[in-house]
Amino acid sequence: MKEAVHLVRLAALFAAGFVAFLVIRQMVVPAGFGKYGHFRAGALDDIRARPISYAGHGTCEACHDDQHNVLAKGKHAQVSCEACHGPQNRHAEEPDKVKPVLPDTRVLCASCHESNSAKPKKFPQVVASDHSGGEPCKSCHVPHNPKLSTEKGQ
Amino acid sequence: MEPVTKLVEGFMYPNEVELQWSILIVLYPYITGLVAGAFILASLERVFRVEAVKPTYRLALLTALAFLLVAPLPLQLHLGHPERSFEMFLTPHRSSAMAMFGFVYLWYLAAVLVMEIWLDFRKDIVLLSRTAPSAMRWIYKLLTLGSQNISERSLQIDDRVGYIVTVVGIPSAFLLHGYVGFIFGSVKANPWWSTPLMPIVFLFSAISSGISVVLLIYMAATRLRRQALDMRCLDTMGSYLFYLFVIDFTLEMVDLTHRIYEAGESFQSLDFMVHSRLYFSHIVVQIVLGTLVPLALLGSAQLWRMSEARRKSVYALSGLLIMTGIFAMRWNVVIGGQLFSKSFLGYTTYKLEFATREGLLAAILLMILPFIILWALVKLLPPWTTLAHEAAGGRDGGNT
Repeated sequence: MKEAVHLVRLAALFAAGFVAFLVIRQMVVPAGFGKYGHFRAGALDDIRARPISYAGHGTCEACHDDQHNVLAKGKHAQVSCEACHGPQNRHAEEPDKVKPVLPDTRVLCASCHESNSAKPKKFPQVVASDHSGGEPCKSCHVPHNPKLSTEKGQ
Repeated sequence: MEPVTKLVEGFMYPNEVELQWSILIVLYPYITGLVAGAFILASLERVFRVEAVKPTYRLALLTALAFLLVAPLPLQLHLGHPERSFEMFLTPHRSSAMAMFGFVYLWYLAAVLVMEIWLDFRKDIVLLSRTAPSAMRWIYKLLTLGSQNISERSLQIDDRVGYIVTVVGIPSAFLLHGYVGFIFGSVKANPWWSTPLMPIVFLFSAISSGISVVLLIYMAATRLRRQALDMRCLDTMGSYLFYLFVIDFTLEMVDLTHRIYEAGESFQSLDFMVHSRLYFSHIVVQIVLGTLVPLALLGSAQLWRMSEARRKSVYALSGLLIMTGIFAMRWNVVIGGQLFSKSFLGYTTYKLEFATREGLLAAILLMILPFIILWALVKLLPPWTTLAHEAAGGRDGGNT
C-alpha cells in the first residue's frame, strides 16, 4: 500500500472532482428539474403566471358573430381570428377602451399568399406587386371570405 | 449576401438553402479522429508490444491530449453559447447522442488519457520536481501529488495500472471516435450519412490520420532537435499505416459499391453531386490524392527496397496526403451531406467565409492551437527524456 500511495491520492483527486461536480450540480440545477419531464417543474407556474395575450376565437365569436358567419362560409374558415388580428385578450377584457388596429392587408395577405416555389401548387399564391400593383388586397377581396363574387359565379 | 438564386440549383426547401453545419463541424470529427488515432498508435507499443514504435509512444499520448483539449472548441464556437454546453453534464438527456458524447469525451480525457500520461511521466515529474528551475519546480511538485516515491516497486505498480488503463483505453478510443461516426450515421433523414458503416469508416480513417499526424510530428520534432530518426520506428509506422489504410479504403469502397448496387431513391442525386459540386473534394482530393497516391507510395515502400532518404520522403508525403485526404473525407461527409435537397431535386452551395466566427480563419487558428498546446506539453513533459536517460546510463538515469 505504501508503494501505491500516489495512486490513492490520484483516486482521491478524482473522487474530490466527482464530489465537487455533484455539489455544483446540486447548486445550479434548478429545483424541481425532472419532476414532470426534462424541464424545470416551476416553469409551468411561471408560464401560468404570465399575462394572457390571446383571447381565443370563441371569445371573439361571442361578440362578432356577424364576422364569424362570413368567415365560416369562406376558405379562411379554419383560420383563427387572432392569427390575422393579433393577440386580443386586452380588447376582450376592455372592449371600449382597447380598440384593435385593422391589419394592413398588403402586408398581411402576402405573408401567406406571396408566391414561393416551395409552397404546394394548389395553394393560392400571387406575386403581390404584379397582382395588385400596391393596392390593398381588401380593395377587391373580403379578407374574411376572400373569393371574389365574380369567381363564385354569382 | 448573394442572392439565393445564385446559391441554389433546382428545387430546395427553404430551410436547406443555407448550410447549418460549417467548416467547424468538419474540424470536430477530424480533430477527434486524430486523438483516437494517436492513442491507438500509443497502445500498439503498450498493449501489443510493438517495440519498434516506442520512440513515438509518449509523443503520441501528448499529441492525443493536445488535440483532445481542442476537440470540443469547434463545437463551442459553432454553438455561440459555450456556457450552455456545461448543461449537458448537469442535466443530460439520455436520448441526445451529443449529450452522451460529452460523457464519453470526459471519460476518455480524465480516466484514460490524463491518467495514462500521468502514470507514464510520473517518474520524470518526480525527477523534474527536484531539478527544474524554481518556478517550474512548483508545477512539477503539484503534479507529483506530494509523492516522491519512484522506487522500483512503485514504478512497477504504475506500469501495471498504466497497462490496464491502456487496455481500457483502446475500446474507449474506439468509442470516442465511433461515436462521432454514429452521430452522422444515425441521421436517418440524410441518405448521404445514414449508414451503419459510418462509425467503422470514421474509426479506421481516424486511426490512419492519427498515425500520420504523429509520424509527421515525430519527423519534424526530430529534425528540430537535430537528432537522427529511428528508421525502424518509421518503417514500422509506415507499414501499419499502409495496412490500416488498406482496410479504411476497402471499407469505403464496400460502402460505395453497396450504394451503387443498391441505387436507392437518393442515388441519382448523390451521384450527380459527386460528379459536380463534390468532384474536386471527393474524387480528386479524397480518393485520388488522399487515398490512391499514398497507398501506392506506402505500398511501394513495402514492396521495393528504397534508400533511407527516399523512404523518409515517402512517409512524409504519404502522411501529409493521408491527412489532407481524411480532412477532405470529413468535409465531404459534413458539407456534402447538406448540399442536396431532401427532395433529391436540388442543390445548394456552401460559401466559406473568412474572418467570421465560423470562417476559415477560425478553422485555421483551431488547427494551429493543438500544436501550440503540444509544444507547451512537450516543454512541460519532454517525451524524449527516457531515451536521454537511457543514453546517459540506464532507465533510472542515476538520479533516484
